[in-house]
Amino acid sequence: MSVLTIERKVLEKNDDIARRNRELFAQHKLFVINLVSSPGSGKTSLLEQTLKYFGKSLRVAIIEGDVQTDFDAQRIAKFNVPVVQIVTNGGCHLEAKLVSDALSSFDLKNVDLLVIENVGNLVCPANYDLGEALKVVLVSTTEGDDKPLKYPGMFHNASILVVNKIDLVPYVNSNPDIIKKNSLQINPKLKVFETSCTTNKGIPEWCEWLRSQTSKRADLK
Amino acid sequence: MHELSIAENIVEIIHQHVEEERLRDVRAVSVKVGTFSGVVADSLEFSYQAITAATPLEQSFLAMELIPFVVLCEECNEKLINDDGITQCVSCGSYKTKIISGRELQVKDIELEDVKKEFV
Repeated sequence: MSVLTIERKVLEKNDDIARRNRELFAQHKLFVINLVSSPGSGKTSLLEQTLKYFGKSLRVAIIEGDVQTDFDAQRIAKFNVPVVQIVTNGGCHLEAKLVSDALSSFDLKNVDLLVIENVGNLVCPANYDLGEALKVVLVSTTEGDDKPLKYPGMFHNASILVVNKIDLVPYVNSNPDIIKKNSLQINPKLKVFETSCTTNKGIPEWCEWLRSQTSKRADLK
Repeated sequence: MHELSIAENIVEIIHQHVEEERLRDVRAVSVKVGTFSGVVADSLEFSYQAITAATPLEQSFLAMELIPFVVLCEECNEKLINDDGITQCVSCGSYKTKIISGRELQVKDIELEDVKKEFV
């Protein structure tokens, strides 16, 4: 038997494309987030509220990732912002190459913030760097307070936690403080927002934080 | 579910390192899999077997080395294995910790059967 030493990351090819995406984003001074959560946590609803809040005051573009249908892109298109739907046809996550292909549909120099809404899945998207500045993980109060402990991989990789559906707390057996505590045990560096897409609670804080991140880059434009 | 795509990446790496006429000689492919790499070792092996069946790599298999999730505490300097993926130091409770292993997903080496002399 002879042995060839390899020592290569399995997802090296994806990471290379992600690096190129990141370089392109830097070139255009673009702030890019990768929005991840379980199905039904409210990623698209959060984007709708975000777009409503910004109106024309921030140039936002959206990439929607779904296993099937362009329902989400249709919802976003109502806000008259550039949107591309990626249908993965069964694939459980977005990869850097899919994002790279989608980028050709945008006029990046006229975008301040790009949101990539990943496929609803709290496991697989954790492995795939898309070139984003950071991952935002969304957990809704209806999912159970133990989600962060059950799916630690995603919380290790995220920088921001959004606890959504905060208006439903009186009706479900959930305590947002426990969701936060459990999340911080997995990743103490997480910055936390609490939102409701029904009452709009927390949406201004979330949006103003996004704006502050984009203006940091826009100053350099 | 994404183990299939991971297995495809491994096959691609093998193709980049082994000449085509020697693919049939590939046996163990060593892969380091962190316990918090998000990959299920059994599913990865299953996916690998499924996509290499009836190909020159059909005699090969994955030899997986599971790497524990280890956190280093910057306060008390303890190195701890946390099987639950918590990064808080279980010894002193500090949150000033660093993940030092457990996220790996790496092809380590490829073992090849030596070419049989009688055919030379």
